[in-house]
Amino acid sequence: MTAEAIHPGIAPGSLDQPLAELAGISKAYPGVLANDAIDLVVEPGRIHALLGENGAGKSTLVKILYGLLSADSGTLRWQGADVTIDSPNTARRLGIAMVFQHFSLFDSLTVLENIALGMGVDADTDLATRIEDVSTRYGLPLDASRSVFELSVGERQRIEIVRCLLQDPKLLVMDEPTSVLTPAEVEQLFVTLRRLASEGVAILYISHKLEEIRVLCDTATILRSGRVVATASPADESAASLATLMMGENAPNGSSLAVSAPSSQGRSSLLRVNDLEVPASSSDAQSLSGITLSLVAGTITGIAGVAGNGQDELLAVLTGELTLSGLGKIRMGDTDVGELGVAQRRRLGLSAVPEERLGHGAVPNMSLSENAALTGFTRRGLARGGWLRTGAARHFAQEIIDRFDVRCDGPQSLAGSLSGGNLQKFVVGREVLQAPSVLVVSQPTWGVDAGAAAAIHAALRELANTGSAVLVISQDLDELMQLTDWLGALCAGRLSRFYPTASLDVQQVGLLMGGANALEGMESRA
Amino acid sequence: MSDALILSILTIVTASTPLVFAGIGELVVERSGVLNLGVEGMILVGAVSGFALANLSGSATIGVVGACVAGAVLASLFAFLTLNLKSSQVATGLALTIFGAGVSALMGQSYVGIAVGGLPKMNMPGLTDLPVIGPLLFGHDALVYLSFALVASVTWFLRRSRAGLVLRAVGDSHDSAHALGYRVIRVRWGAILFGGACSGLAGAYLSLAYTPMWAENMSAGRGWIALALVVFAVWQPGRLLLGAYIFGGISILQLHIQALGLSVPSQLMSMLPYVVTIIVLVVISRDSARIRRNAPASIGKPFHPTA
Amino acid sequence: MSVILERRPTPSGLMGWLAPVLALVMTVAASVLLFLLLGLPAGAALHAFFIEPVSSRYGLAELAVKAAPLIMIGVALSIGFRAQVFNIGAEGQLILGGIAGGAVALALYPVNGWFVLPLMALAGIAGGMGWAAIPALLKTRFGANEILTSLMLTYVAVLLLSYMVTGPLRDPDGFNFPESRLFQSSALLPRILSGTRLHIGFPIAIAIALIGWVFLSRTLLGFALRINGEAPRAARFAGFNSGRLVWVALLIGGGVSGLAGLFEVAGPIGQLLPNISPGYGFTAIIVAFLGRLHPVGVVFAGLVMALSYLGGEAAQITMNLPVAVTGVFQGMLLFFLLAADVLINYRLRWSGKTRSITSSQP
Repeated sequence: MTAEAIHPGIAPGSLDQPLAELAGISKAYPGVLANDAIDLVVEPGRIHALLGENGAGKSTLVKILYGLLSADSGTLRWQGADVTIDSPNTARRLGIAMVFQHFSLFDSLTVLENIALGMGVDADTDLATRIEDVSTRYGLPLDASRSVFELSVGERQRIEIVRCLLQDPKLLVMDEPTSVLTPAEVEQLFVTLRRLASEGVAILYISHKLEEIRVLCDTATILRSGRVVATASPADESAASLATLMMGENAPNGSSLAVSAPSSQGRSSLLRVNDLEVPASSSDAQSLSGITLSLVAGTITGIAGVAGNGQDELLAVLTGELTLSGLGKIRMGDTDVGELGVAQRRRLGLSAVPEERLGHGAVPNMSLSENAALTGFTRRGLARGGWLRTGAARHFAQEIIDRFDVRCDGPQSLAGSLSGGNLQKFVVGREVLQAPSVLVVSQPTWGVDAGAAAAIHAALRELANTGSAVLVISQDLDELMQLTDWLGALCAGRLSRFYPTASLDVQQVGLLMGGANALEGMESRA
Repeated sequence: MSDALILSILTIVTASTPLVFAGIGELVVERSGVLNLGVEGMILVGAVSGFALANLSGSATIGVVGACVAGAVLASLFAFLTLNLKSSQVATGLALTIFGAGVSALMGQSYVGIAVGGLPKMNMPGLTDLPVIGPLLFGHDALVYLSFALVASVTWFLRRSRAGLVLRAVGDSHDSAHALGYRVIRVRWGAILFGGACSGLAGAYLSLAYTPMWAENMSAGRGWIALALVVFAVWQPGRLLLGAYIFGGISILQLHIQALGLSVPSQLMSMLPYVVTIIVLVVISRDSARIRRNAPASIGKPFHPTA
Repeated sequence: MSVILERRPTPSGLMGWLAPVLALVMTVAASVLLFLLLGLPAGAALHAFFIEPVSSRYGLAELAVKAAPLIMIGVALSIGFRAQVFNIGAEGQLILGGIAGGAVALALYPVNGWFVLPLMALAGIAGGMGWAAIPALLKTRFGANEILTSLMLTYVAVLLLSYMVTGPLRDPDGFNFPESRLFQSSALLPRILSGTRLHIGFPIAIAIALIGWVFLSRTLLGFALRINGEAPRAARFAGFNSGRLVWVALLIGGGVSGLAGLFEVAGPIGQLLPNISPGYGFTAIIVAFLGRLHPVGVVFAGLVMALSYLGGEAAQITMNLPVAVTGVFQGMLLFFLLAADVLINYRLRWSGKTRSITSSQP
């Protein structure tokens, strides 16, 4: 007699039976087949990686699983029974919980209220007690009475996780959970996830970070262009073989990006920041303190750090979007630029690529010609005597398109109609072609496909090789390790010292990201 | 306490009540993340509908209910355009005000210069006859009590109820609310209809209680003052009540000063409520951090569900 | 089966210009419905409202007289709206322009000379700019919402005009009527079509539209204003000072509105009255949107809106309809326009549900 016969009330799920079986899931958007007949089997107690590049269809698939999107075709079985998941509520009832890459949180509400909303229950003391129980049990400390806007990114993720755990999920879906965490926070997260798996929870772990998946996951399903291209056991694969599976023939050839560790001996510093202090402009902004930085001609300097530690403020104060009152803090060569505005600094040779493409680096509803003029009106002479030279702007846009292989319908295309990678190539190309002596780039390959990322990295390296100084502010450690010559980190508005990238390993960068100012026994500079 | 003083306080109450109604409605709308600039138009349509229905039916109650419905009907136009057709909230709100002014003038043409009975005052035997506190506490019309009850209910709703929590969440981040499976558009439809009904109520109070008659554009900018009051109140119902009474007090005060026959020209005195509104807006807006902390974060932004 | 909205990959330029036409057609259709509801013969009412006013030389000239302020202000507001600066107090700025320009004429009275009108025009522009400078200052210095402040100032302006014509600027020989004396002859705008009230304000309005067009599309400042409206962070990134752009947008709106106000008192009216505008400053908001915030579109939109004023007046005389019909017509037109605008970014699609896994559509 089987256990089911004795306890008929138990759901027909056992450790042998798959928890969820997706078969033939397809989903098309205008012009794109995001999911193409995808099959996926998730088993209880296992950490299952869903691996793929940006745009491979990972997010679409889990949104279908979570009831946020409807598939065009395909079936879904849950614990052996056919089900229809038409809303997140249905998903939650079945026992599916999801932690999104972009948190679904409400800044002005408290942790308690946020969790209550996520669960569809009242924000009462009973819930507060349960939150405390779960957070202590899984090592996820949280103060339920605080408002979300006061919390760090890591703490915000904890709210999402605790919210999921309170619903006793059978399946926990995590969408790129580590992209916002420090290495130490990542370790802590993995401990929590392993513990959950050992208690029988299935975890669907979405990522494009290969090392992570090798360390954490039991199984990996690899997606490319909306299709399942392989199912692998990550522990048996190398990062390189996983990369090949993930990217196909497009996998960047490691050697082309090999960093020649240049010495900065005898080279001039093009931008110097000296002990800069910037008070927080509002309650949700980060103050900067003790920022000392020197960008040397011909090199790429990197700043690692988790978002929200002052990256936006540092970029603003370097570009001149935020001007200083008082001199002696930021110099370009012999010129003190601290009180100069954006256009004046750009005229002196300081250009930038902000993190947000749409609405900051480019105007979505304007043509590429006009977007070329957005920054080109100073250094490329696209405006003269107050008049806009539209013909010259069109030529400049065409030049960027040609030189950087921007896929579009020409200079009259709207910036918003380009894919993320193409628009980023356009924005980076626009700045690089203005031959700045100093280029500050924030998150250069965020949300960009591998081909475009490689092109952008090559363009930055080439610019440095012509004698410019490049500063890359990024959350992506892999990118920084590959691309930069010197590396430091920003934590809580403070900048660490800088080390030759080749001399650092990930753990050491993690220390810097976690707030260490200097590493013992290593040669550094400010 | 002199009878004259009691009388002024009573007039302050009647001057403030329409601001309370219109303000509390708009406050709920804004807490859901929507900016409806059409308050003025909805008040006017409420005023003329309430007046006409009270006149035709002979019942002030029917007039009041009709005004609520009329305000909500006008608001539904706004809701459909902004929520379902994703039009600009600013432009649509302005259209609502222009349209409301025109429609109300058209509807009210045959009612200009006619009088109605107005709303009956409460008469609680024994209580209303008490000296001083009798008329001050127990001698108002029913809508005054309703306005206080409404503020109390909205306070409770926003702070304590689960539906109120959802409404605040939608106003804070419609994308997050949508991701969690809440029906953003449905919540906002509800809030906008409530706001319209409240504006209608404010209009009915003007044409049935404050000055029991109908005149074109009789709201004289009260809808806009109500919008400013919501900012003044930093989106808190209690402070809105306070603000409405301060404004009511100022508008009555300026009438009294005019009546005293001071040499200040009447037009300059009549500017006072508008000038005070501007000053108050400036004082409140100066503290931009406080505004940002309290303002519903998604206010005025269009909602395009992407997932 | 139901209709769903499907987002277009890029906004439709064709629909951008077709939507106003569609809105106009729907407004006329709705007007017919309204006329029938009011128990009027729809055909005759339509004729009275839309055709009769412009079927004579005099009528066409009147159309231009009414269109001139709408076009001028509409162009100036378009420039501001493009920059997301919502100056909705143009009516007040118009009134201040009228007061300031009129005061100059009255101060010079009875002096005649070629310099009188230019001085009045400068005063009118300065009056409107000064009034618009208040919301600009309050917005840039204190972050006060310009929608509310500029609107409140309109109420103040109406009262100020009323005070002026009953007080300082009242006609000393006018038996205490609330109005100024009639302006001297050289303080009146030259008429350009005999037998009509058509004055040089109309060609100036057309010139302003052309200047506005060139300004927005060809100058760096116009470019900066457009970027500020589309993406304020991108404007800062490009190096444009957003506070300065707020000032520019409001001063343009105020200056042109002030000039339009001066044209009203020095043109068709010829003196200061307690009421110098039938809401041109508000109607110009509709004109700006109907004209797609584009100066050339604004010219056509201004003519349509001017017709609604004439139609309202004509319908009042011939059909005994209330003047308020004009406001209803204008409001409806803006509503239909906003509704039709959805077609710019979305297309309509019939949807049939043939899915194994369905989603929640709110």
